[in-house]
Amino acid sequence: MKKKFNLPVRQLATVGAFALFLLLGNFLMAKKIIGLYYTKVLMVAAINMILAVSLNIATGFLGQLPLGSAGFMAVGAYTSAIIMRKVTFVSPALAFPVCIIIGGLAAALCGFIIGLPALRLKGDYIAIITLGFAEIIRIVILNIDSALGITLTYGASNLKNIPKTTTFTNAFIWVFIVCYLVSALMKSRHGRAILSIRDNEIAAESCGINLTYYKTMAFIVYAFFTGIGGALYAGYLGILNPSGFSFAKSIDILVMVVLGGMGSMTGSVISAAVLTIVPEILHAFSDYRMIVYSLLLIVVMIFRPAGLMGNKEFSMDMLTGLFKKKAKGERSKK
Amino acid sequence: MSTFSLIIKQIINGLQLGSIFALVAVGYSMVYGIIRLLNFAHCDIIMVGAYIAWFFMTNFANMPIIAVVASILGCTLLGVTIEKVAYKPLRSSPRISLLITAIGISYLLENTAQLVLGAAAKKVPGFFTAETIRIGQVTVSTASLVTIAVLAVSMVLLTLLVQKTKLGRAMRAVSEDAETAQLMGTNINGTISFTFAVGSALAGIGSVLYCCAYPQVSPTMGSMLGLKAFVAAVLGGIGSIPGAMIGGFMIGLTEVFVSAIGLSTWKDAVVFLILIIILLVKPSGILGKTVSEKV
Repeated sequence: MKKKFNLPVRQLATVGAFALFLLLGNFLMAKKIIGLYYTKVLMVAAINMILAVSLNIATGFLGQLPLGSAGFMAVGAYTSAIIMRKVTFVSPALAFPVCIIIGGLAAALCGFIIGLPALRLKGDYIAIITLGFAEIIRIVILNIDSALGITLTYGASNLKNIPKTTTFTNAFIWVFIVCYLVSALMKSRHGRAILSIRDNEIAAESCGINLTYYKTMAFIVYAFFTGIGGALYAGYLGILNPSGFSFAKSIDILVMVVLGGMGSMTGSVISAAVLTIVPEILHAFSDYRMIVYSLLLIVVMIFRPAGLMGNKEFSMDMLTGLFKKKAKGERSKK
Repeated sequence: MSTFSLIIKQIINGLQLGSIFALVAVGYSMVYGIIRLLNFAHCDIIMVGAYIAWFFMTNFANMPIIAVVASILGCTLLGVTIEKVAYKPLRSSPRISLLITAIGISYLLENTAQLVLGAAAKKVPGFFTAETIRIGQVTVSTASLVTIAVLAVSMVLLTLLVQKTKLGRAMRAVSEDAETAQLMGTNINGTISFTFAVGSALAGIGSVLYCCAYPQVSPTMGSMLGLKAFVAAVLGGIGSIPGAMIGGFMIGLTEVFVSAIGLSTWKDAVVFLILIIILLVKPSGILGKTVSEKV
């Protein structure tokens, strides 16, 4: 029989490991072993992890394919950036978490508005409708100033002077929070309802699961966390332009989810880290990056549709299981 | 110019743009009808077709027919190759895999074109010697009239193909129920390839007409055109050929009139808004029929 650790022990161990990771990271940065450039790369990796994990809710767990990550990201980024610029009476570091959550909520609202009509339909409409929606968002951000005669988003001439409040530590704390909330959601009855919709809509419906309700819920959660990722992105860049939130951005995130394994949160985290850090190391091949990405999508879908992790999660149980298997194997060899 | 002739001119422009949308939309509609795949690569097939047209027009400018034929052949070949290499191995996998592959193909074509030919737009020489024709009060461009005429002829031929020939019957049978069609002795793979070939050939025609209307090509030209054409297909009713035509005309006219009243920066947003509204109000489109789910 497989021996499991108690839940509090496992949770404490996870928090401990995470705290150790943060301390180690900060220590290496203070000692200049990780330079400023790679600190930035790690911050981007953290943001991409959040984006990939949240897209995974909709793609891996719900089984739909929204192509509008960039749109929700833009909503989160612009909302939080505009508030951050206006709020000068408290220190940016204090205002930032609140702004992030407001950015997430704005994205979630958009997710609700778009998800309700789109999710009633079956098939690939969700892909095209979210894609169209992301385009609408981009066009609105680009043109709203000239249309209404206000200065809100500054359109094509960049939203500048956003306080750069994203740091290594707070970015990864958000990764941790998002991952914790997503895994808690997926282990609850709501999570199981979402998974059952992915596996068989008709069977799920006949078991009394309200399809529209759970689909919309998963979609809103996806939009919310993507908005949070966008807000962190705004705090990282310090300057926003609508062209940064094009279709290509959505595809980048989709590649991460597909390679990590649709339905595996840890897979998404790992592949987001790898796909952010490796291209930075192999700078010489940056021209070929998108070609390699698209080839990877096709090849993975044809030969290993499960991706890196399939729908398994990387956990301590898996580690201990691995060691036990190894020990057993060695013993049986003797 | 009087207001009346201005309006006529805009309507003709709208119909021209709409014809291009319609040709592309039919390709989407046919492929969606037969394997329930939103073929993202379709828009990049148009891009490749336009580049072929550009290549032959710059080298053999006095014989536009070569460019037209080469474009159509190139697109057909590309469409069938994509189907055989990328979509066929995935026939029994979940639809989401197929969709992701389609996105991958689309991205591959776009980025390869960008790497090989550069991101900058290239100018296509004019196809017609007489740029405009005068009909009474109104001056219209030759390209518009030719585009509308080509669309009409293609639609008639396509309807005949689908309704009257054996291959057309096979196509309709497979899109109705692939398994039963197979039991009746239809060659499913052959039929699907044929559908891709027809859709891509129409995309080739569309790409040449696009080059006539907007004489420049760039690696990303297809994506917006393709998306709008898909909106047209949904608006008219997925799987219906006259529907795709009506949808194409409506989207084309909308776009031209939104631009004409001075909101050209908002025209893409308006098109996608139409999509969202049509999916809310009548998801099956204007001429589509509602299909009940089989359990």
